[in-house]
Amino acid sequence: MSHMTYREALNLALREEMERDPAVIVFGEDVAEYEGSFKVTRGLLKQFGPSRVFDTPISEAAIVGLATGAAMAGLRPVPELMTVNFAFVAMDQICNHLAVMRYMFGGQVALPVTIRMPGGGGHQLAAQHSHSLEHVFAHTPGLKAVYPATVADARALLKAAVRDDNPVVFLEHEGLYGLKGEVPEEAEPATIGEAAVLRRGRDVSLVAYGAMTQAALAAAGALEKEDGVSAEVVDLRSLRPWDRDLVAESVAGTHRAVIVEEPPPVCGVGAEVVATLCEMVFDRLDAPPVRVSGADVPMPYARELEQSCIPHAADVVAAVRRMMG
Amino acid sequence: MKKDDLLRVYYLMRLVRGFETRAAEQYTRGRIGGFCHLYSGEEAVAIGALWHLRKDDYVIGSYRDHAYYLLRGGDPGRAMAELFGHADGICKGKGGSMHFFDRTLHFYGGYAIVGGMCPIAAGMALAARTRGEDRVVLCFFGDGATNQGVYHEALNMASLLKLPVVWVCENNLYAIGTSVQRSSAQESLSRKAGEAYNMPAWVADGMDFFKMQSVAERAIKRARAGEGPSFIEARCYRYQGHSMSDPGTYRGKQEIEHWRKRDPIPKLKAAIRGDFDAPEAEFEAIDRRVREELDRAVATAEAGRELPRERLYEDLYVD
Repeated sequence: MSHMTYREALNLALREEMERDPAVIVFGEDVAEYEGSFKVTRGLLKQFGPSRVFDTPISEAAIVGLATGAAMAGLRPVPELMTVNFAFVAMDQICNHLAVMRYMFGGQVALPVTIRMPGGGGHQLAAQHSHSLEHVFAHTPGLKAVYPATVADARALLKAAVRDDNPVVFLEHEGLYGLKGEVPEEAEPATIGEAAVLRRGRDVSLVAYGAMTQAALAAAGALEKEDGVSAEVVDLRSLRPWDRDLVAESVAGTHRAVIVEEPPPVCGVGAEVVATLCEMVFDRLDAPPVRVSGADVPMPYARELEQSCIPHAADVVAAVRRMMG
Repeated sequence: MKKDDLLRVYYLMRLVRGFETRAAEQYTRGRIGGFCHLYSGEEAVAIGALWHLRKDDYVIGSYRDHAYYLLRGGDPGRAMAELFGHADGICKGKGGSMHFFDRTLHFYGGYAIVGGMCPIAAGMALAARTRGEDRVVLCFFGDGATNQGVYHEALNMASLLKLPVVWVCENNLYAIGTSVQRSSAQESLSRKAGEAYNMPAWVADGMDFFKMQSVAERAIKRARAGEGPSFIEARCYRYQGHSMSDPGTYRGKQEIEHWRKRDPIPKLKAAIRGDFDAPEAEFEAIDRRVREELDRAVATAEAGRELPRERLYEDLYVD
């Protein structure tokens, strides 16, 4: 085991995959000389040189298109979009090119692209810089979408994404970069599509992903201490494909489900999980499943207002108390 | 050029023109659905641009893509089957007219979002260079693409990175129904590209095979030598509307007649007969061969069927 941050675990995964496969290249805005806006790509230019690590202009659509073309012609690109917010200007390239091409061309082409994009709110960056877009990628056939919530997964999921022969949207939470944790010595990639039970419990299942998994873990601790409620925490890890069997199994055991997600609730991941639970384990539920979601507004700038838009552990605790009460 | 090569060019012109005529017929019969964009009138552009390309070079383009596939050596029967939406089509009937693609021919697809293929072309060029290959990428698009944001992003990036791309703009004067005059503040599309992105940009007569191939030869050589991208504005004309569902009423009869007088096929024929002893019977034999090939293509397509519903979910992901 070694101890490191989420940021360092991502950096380690990139290094390991670049050392392993010369087809892996990294590019994006300020990823090379500046070493990344969030320093995830620190040291890569020095170690791998400018033909494998290079800076691009602020042209998100072309960054994604460049990756798509490079993948089609034999490379394994790992472009970075400086933040998920800028994916909006690249959406045509992500969802209407990269995602559809393999199918549209009758399976003739594989597109091993991993697009890294940090996102999420909480830094007073206001409406245009605080998005969580995972539900859009999770909605799109042809893409995979993963979102590590722990330090170990930052490394294991990124390695899995890079090795995957399909396009993977790799979401990172800006609020998790400083998170510290253990990373196992063996460098095994995760299996995309497998969720994980991070904490066993009997009374309620908290289903979450990304930064919200950390909120769910904190809530589970508080519920045990303050209410004697035993909460199980299921970390989705991958949003497309997502592990409906494990989530259903957990909820079939606890009979209650609370889904925690950062973006607004309408047509989101939470809605998908609730609908699926109703289809799969409706008769095992003791209460209607609920969502704890972001507020249904563009993110405000003011500190208190912004914090009130993002689900916290206390909101999860309150939702469980309402459900159990 | 040798006589045999020129007769080959004549054959290709007839093949492309004839295929589009058959596609129009089958569209009218209701055998072909969706959008169907014909290349008729623009044959000299693609034939000239591709003439000096190596087999292992990459070709990518817009949705007006039947010609690119055929000219890379594609099978007209599989192309027609794709138009019919059949399982033995190039893309198993999943792409249709706008999304031809054949990896074995290094034809990397027709794309139906205007300008969307430009950064993908740049990416293929990046891969070729990173892998130490001397392949070049030839990217076709229309005048309308030059007003798209991603087009400018791609041209800038390709020039900045000195990527081996040849940009071929088929300037047929109209983006669907809006003329270049009414849509581009800079009417010279070569200046719009060359000056802004610091690369050589040429204007070529896209109705003339000889002029197209000679400009393209320079551009391809340059790219292969590692000197970076360049741009060809091929001035041309499409005889039909934008697609089969467009009657093209925004263009005057006189204008269409003016361009039809510059048709690349009779022009090529006259050039061949000027330089060589080539009796009419030689051309007629080629015409007959094309007719027979296309008869077979339509028959192949008519005999096929769609993929069964059970195979709907195939080809979405690599396992």
